Amino acid sequence: MIAGLFDNIALMIIVTGALVGVASTLVGTFLVLRGNSMLTDAISHSIVFGIIVVWLLSGQNSGPIQVLGAGLTGLLTVWLTELLAGSGRVRQDAAIGLVFTGLFAAGVLLINLYARNVHIDQHTVLLGEIGYVWLDTVTIAGVRVPEALLSLGAMTLVNLLFVTLFFKELKLATFDPGLARALGFAPTLMFYILLGLTSGTAVASFDAVGAILFIAFAVVPAASARLLTDNLALMTVIGCLVAIASSIGGYWLAVYWNVSISGMMALCTGIFLAVALLVGPRSPLRLPVIRKMGDSHL
Amino acid sequence: MNAVLQLLSNYTVQNVAAGAALLGVASGVLGCFAVLRRQSLLGDALSHAALPGICLGFIVAGSRHLPSLLAGALASGLLATLVMLLLARVSRLKTDAILGITLSVFFAVGVVLLTGIQNSGAAGQGGLDSFLFGQAAAILRSDLAVLGVLAGAGLLAVVAWFKEFKLVTFDPVYAATQGVRVTLIETALTMLVAVAVVVGLQLVGVVLMSAMLIAPAVAARQWVNRLEHMLVLAGVFGAAAGVTGALISTARRGLSTGPVVVLIIVGIAVASILFAPGRGVLWEAIFRWRTSRRLRSHQLLTTMLRLGQEHGDPAYATETGMLNAYTGVGTAAVLRDLARRGLVEPRQHMPEEGLHWALTDAGRAAAERVLRDLGRRDTR
Repeated sequence: MIAGLFDNIALMIIVTGALVGVASTLVGTFLVLRGNSMLTDAISHSIVFGIIVVWLLSGQNSGPIQVLGAGLTGLLTVWLTELLAGSGRVRQDAAIGLVFTGLFAAGVLLINLYARNVHIDQHTVLLGEIGYVWLDTVTIAGVRVPEALLSLGAMTLVNLLFVTLFFKELKLATFDPGLARALGFAPTLMFYILLGLTSGTAVASFDAVGAILFIAFAVVPAASARLLTDNLALMTVIGCLVAIASSIGGYWLAVYWNVSISGMMALCTGIFLAVALLVGPRSPLRLPVIRKMGDSHL
Repeated sequence: MNAVLQLLSNYTVQNVAAGAALLGVASGVLGCFAVLRRQSLLGDALSHAALPGICLGFIVAGSRHLPSLLAGALASGLLATLVMLLLARVSRLKTDAILGITLSVFFAVGVVLLTGIQNSGAAGQGGLDSFLFGQAAAILRSDLAVLGVLAGAGLLAVVAWFKEFKLVTFDPVYAATQGVRVTLIETALTMLVAVAVVVGLQLVGVVLMSAMLIAPAVAARQWVNRLEHMLVLAGVFGAAAGVTGALISTARRGLSTGPVVVLIIVGIAVASILFAPGRGVLWEAIFRWRTSRRLRSHQLLTTMLRLGQEHGDPAYATETGMLNAYTGVGTAAVLRDLARRGLVEPRQHMPEEGLHWALTDAGRAAAERVLRDLGRRDTR
């Protein structure tokens, strides 16, 4: 009985990690290709501000309102960045750095001033607590399901739907925004929807992995996949597989060494990137062994 | 004023304020180069990458010995720099992805090490995680000396290699032709960012450190056009924000020093972007508004002059709606302005019709002057 329960928790934690990884890789792939990886950094930091403001206004620290609030905060971040950069006084990179640190600082201050001892503390904000996802559960049809699993599942589904339904449009908007605009595909709108979904994913992942490790899940699997293939669909799939594998591997390593589970999962994505560097078809670091194997195929 | 003086005689407050001033100067000056070289987010990556170094420093030293922690942070900053250079060299990934990868994976290593240390129950590890957000109040006199040496070394490097730094920042290709070793200087500039990060770790923490590098430079850039002046001004802004923030944060328990300092310096940057004389967004908006107003009035005056010439009546009165049709809607405000300056005067032409306007003598002279200045005198 106890063993069964333990297995369940392990499974739930791994599935949560995998969902975080898949949901964020789905949107992260396009951000990496567009050269906007650091926007995930900006968004994941500034939604701290959104989360605390929504909490102060509505008293809810999870659920649809939070996701919506975070989505808006993410868009606010991007809009402010574009506004600053558009004024011509600040370059894009500096604008990102100003906006998200400002919002993050405001968020942390609000937490410290008004939300001490609440579920949202400074720590969770940064690191998340994936080990405790099974503590908050809701009962559906007599089965206790972790809340985080539900919101992450929904977010993954939404991202998956968006990416598959608009695959062609996204592809065009990513690689040739000019042509996409000329053909009437509204690449800017696509981009903002993508960023809105990124923000929603960030807030859904928040309890599990926190603000900073989210960046690892959004950027690193996609970047690893980029090193392995030039095909967009394949890159998305490989990215998701890397995320899932990182989640499984990260969990067991973390349990083995008794360290942070989410940290270890993020670390695993880095290991996969290193592997991709060593085996990638056009990587200069490609191992001789792999090179020989590749040659024998030709 | 008395209250401030009393505050300043407090030992902890003195330490925090001095530390914040040191950090402000160092990060302000060193951040300028990063911002000008479009590497603003480098500081963000390097500050997150400092976390594993801090943990390793703790593991090696076995205690919360600041110099060891900072040495570790510096070492992992160096390693992160190398990793970024390597990734840029051997992979097809763009700069932003490389920054994101370095930032998040190094931070993940840091989190793993941090929880490892905490779970091993090592003595004296308490407060190691305060480096995430900084814990200014825990700063000691002896720490100040360490920070002072680091900040001093960074500033000294800027003074010593100012010419090279300037050249590489603005024109690396030309610098290379002049025999400057560009890669070396660029690496040195990156290392100096890491030094500034290390100075700020205890005060504002790894997460908010990037603001201390970016914001003073952005603010200073709005006021001056020379690098020398920008460096000094950024240092002043940084120090001012540091000290003010340190003092404000003593007011209430929840006001942590790091976020307060960051909010102040970001506020200074935004205010500079809006209000800096000459360059500010506000002044430009006013200038634009004035220019468009002037162009509008010129347009109206010459249109009315020509209408008068066409009708053989210099004082020909035109209805507002007619003028709108010629120069676009929204002429009413401009016409009122012109009337105030005595260039046009309102006429009631027929009872049922709208307001009409006619040029005065001064208005005709002004309109002719405008046409003359445009270089195409009306010959008809």
